[in-house]
Amino acid sequence: MIKITDQPLNTQAIIDSMASPEGGAVNVFIGTVRNVTKGKQVIRLEFEAYEPMATKELTKIMEEAKRKWPILKVAVHHRVGVLDISEVPVVIAVSTPHRAAGFEACQYIIDTLKQTVPIWKKEIFEDGEVWVAAHP
Amino acid sequence: MIVKLFGVTREIVGGPLLEVNDIATVGELKDYVMSTYPGIKKLNSLMVAVNSEYAKDDLTLNENDEIALIPPVSGG
Repeated sequence: MIKITDQPLNTQAIIDSMASPEGGAVNVFIGTVRNVTKGKQVIRLEFEAYEPMATKELTKIMEEAKRKWPILKVAVHHRVGVLDISEVPVVIAVSTPHRAAGFEACQYIIDTLKQTVPIWKKEIFEDGEVWVAAHP
Repeated sequence: MIVKLFGVTREIVGGPLLEVNDIATVGELKDYVMSTYPGIKKLNSLMVAVNSEYAKDDLTLNENDEIALIPPVSGG
């Protein structure tokens, strides 16, 4: 299941939704807002998404993950809007029969999300702001 | 035609939508926005999405297409 929302993510509900009788492992990646980038204090992050396309690209990533690994259930939830330090912008959960596939699939999904899904984040510092990855 | 803007491109242009005329292909659109807005030329990359799919430069644009500039993504 894919969700892009401006509301706080419910990590426990996502984990609970992974329950499956054939499942032997639930692998979860939780992204959190870090307070420092390259030695500079970060005050908050601001996320925005091109939602229909982001959902489409996430669907492709999930379908590819299902081709590569025996996935029973998978969920990607991404938050948009203003996030404070320690808040959670992304949760990825994968339910598989065995743990190795879960670790690999979860890493594949977050790595590919960061490369292809049209979501952007801006870091806000004391003295300015930067769109992450925008400039060399 | 109308082009949707996000993130750094929205800030460079100064709004969420950009109207362009006499643009035939994705490549022409990239050339136009990079020459009109030097800030866009300075980005690490610029992609164009047509109807919510990444598009190649030779794709022909139609009046009813949903077109968006996609600056470097940074989700997660």
